[in-house]
Amino acid sequence: MEIKKGIAVSPGISIARSLIIDSEDYRIPRRQIKPSQRMIEIQRARNAFKDAIGELTRFESATDKPEGGKIKDIFAVHLRFLHDRSLRKKITDMIHSDLVTAEYAVSTVLREIASHFTKVKDAYISERAADIYDIERRLLTQLLGRKRENVEHLKNEVVIVARELSPTRTAGFDRKFVKGIASDAGGRTSHAAIVARSLGIPAVVALEDLTECTSVGDLVIVDGNRAIVIVNPDEQTIRQYEEYSKEFTELEHRLDAIRQKPAVTRDGVEITLLGNIEFPNEAEVVLEKGGAGIGLYRTEFLYLNTQTEPTEQDHYEAYAETVRVFADKPVVIRTLDLGADKYTQRKRFAPEPNPFLGLRSIRFCLQNLMLFKRQLRAILRVSVLGDVKIMFPLITNRHELMQAKMILHDVMEDLDEESIPYNRDMQVGIMVETPSAALTAHSLARDVDFFSIGTNDLTQYTLAVDRGNELVSMLYSTVDPAVLRLIRTVIQDAHKAQIDLSVCGEMASEPEYIMLLMGMGVRTISITSPMIPEIKQIIRSVTMEYCNNVARKVLGMDSERQISAYLRDAARKILPEAF
Amino acid sequence: MQAEEDTLENEEYEAELEIKNAEGLHMRPAMQFVDIANRFDSEINVSNGETNVDGKSIMNISMLAATCGTKLRIKAKGPDARQAIDALRELVEEKHFDEPTPKK
Repeated sequence: MEIKKGIAVSPGISIARSLIIDSEDYRIPRRQIKPSQRMIEIQRARNAFKDAIGELTRFESATDKPEGGKIKDIFAVHLRFLHDRSLRKKITDMIHSDLVTAEYAVSTVLREIASHFTKVKDAYISERAADIYDIERRLLTQLLGRKRENVEHLKNEVVIVARELSPTRTAGFDRKFVKGIASDAGGRTSHAAIVARSLGIPAVVALEDLTECTSVGDLVIVDGNRAIVIVNPDEQTIRQYEEYSKEFTELEHRLDAIRQKPAVTRDGVEITLLGNIEFPNEAEVVLEKGGAGIGLYRTEFLYLNTQTEPTEQDHYEAYAETVRVFADKPVVIRTLDLGADKYTQRKRFAPEPNPFLGLRSIRFCLQNLMLFKRQLRAILRVSVLGDVKIMFPLITNRHELMQAKMILHDVMEDLDEESIPYNRDMQVGIMVETPSAALTAHSLARDVDFFSIGTNDLTQYTLAVDRGNELVSMLYSTVDPAVLRLIRTVIQDAHKAQIDLSVCGEMASEPEYIMLLMGMGVRTISITSPMIPEIKQIIRSVTMEYCNNVARKVLGMDSERQISAYLRDAARKILPEAF
Repeated sequence: MQAEEDTLENEEYEAELEIKNAEGLHMRPAMQFVDIANRFDSEINVSNGETNVDGKSIMNISMLAATCGTKLRIKAKGPDARQAIDALRELVEEKHFDEPTPKK
């Protein structure tokens, strides 16, 4: 039995056999070969290069659109590497002299090169390591082929154990069979963690060397409540966990019972609870959990899953699927927020030295008009199917907002000319997630129908903290007095201008913070769907008077620590089971 | 006749080229460099003072990690050595890989 402590990112308990996958990182055992097998392994390595070249050449010619230029460049560089005689010789020499398998030689040589790049101080150059890993992966896929674990067609319940999981990989998991997730790397706010939460799969990350102490088929317990993973538990532990699991399911059921009840405080104030989604198939989970619509539909998934640029029809179908599920309930579609993530940075030629302050989100869209207009057309076309609203992310000034609205207008005119129907009165809103937008909210409010406060980015930009950087992440807190002051400004300005306001960042999903937000005047919140029942229960157990009191107290405090402690305490009184 | 061909085969040229584009010899410039180098029959060697590598290999060229301001010594040996050096000089110092140079 081995007990490992990590970070709990998605609640719940699961007990199942492990399935070890390595999407980013194949584990290649060093396998010695006999001298007589040398030529076979060398030939396998050569074939892998040949097949990888064939595959890349096909991708390259499929990427023929103007905005595919950068992706095409990347393919071209990878092809040069695959054709590189010095590289190939290094690999075949290693097979020959060290008597190892082709997989081992490919992996070792390319990792040596990658680690050489990571050591270089220059940011442009050190980022090249990602390209080398990509080439390594491509060659290993050729060599290992079908030997990879297939997660898409599971037949038994499993716990997925991995070094690191990408959000797209996680989103592809079948909820019926994937009962738990445990990974070596990752953090609470990593994208894969958010996806696991929204799919309701218990998950623990940052377990460091879990993949090394687990073998395929080991019995594994994932305890997403206590941040623990147990490999090969003994009888007593299994029994104890079966008990925990039963208790947790009962709590979930109790919460599910309030699903159809309204989110109203004891003194009669109604709160609108919406769901955040990333993938169309999550829409139904929002309904199941009792959400009254979608407050944030992230649309980046369309770009993360494919090698080629999605078409207008791809956009349209994905949105239509969701809007149909919600009929007359609101669905707020956020335009593309691509840019600062690993995905786009990897595809970029020269990675930006400071991507979060770089060409991301609405800025990226305003410089890639074809891509932006394609999405706007699709959103306008689905606007006739239900109550669709559009939301622009990362607005930092009025000029950007006016530009985005003007482009939306252009697209409307195009649709008019083609006699394609759309809702002319579709509401237009913005995410308020930069200090500059918060500080000018009074002026931005004049030109939009609603604000949605994105607390994650607002916090990171206000406090100048990268929440993914473990060295400083302790400075990241959405209840820092500075952040709360900005949030209060935005709420007040929205009320003055009489426009709708919601909060869609993770702050709204935290049971500790919900009373504070309500007390500050928030009446609409959008949260990850598994949290809807719990947040609703809190809303139903408090009075607005109490919330107002909490807010008044907190806004008078000047230290983050004091605020956190006070809020945690206040929430524990309301919902003891969750803490 | 024979003698002249021999001297042609052994023609050797070298030049010191300075990386002038702001972002240095990252992936795309490295690709342009080896693409040009591979057009010539001559053997091409590149040195940054510490390591000496094959100028036709993208792996080797990119591993030099040459940033803006780095001086590289290029040696070409073979029948078209002079043309190779000229072409590489044009790419690195005149066109600086069609990329911007640092703002003064």
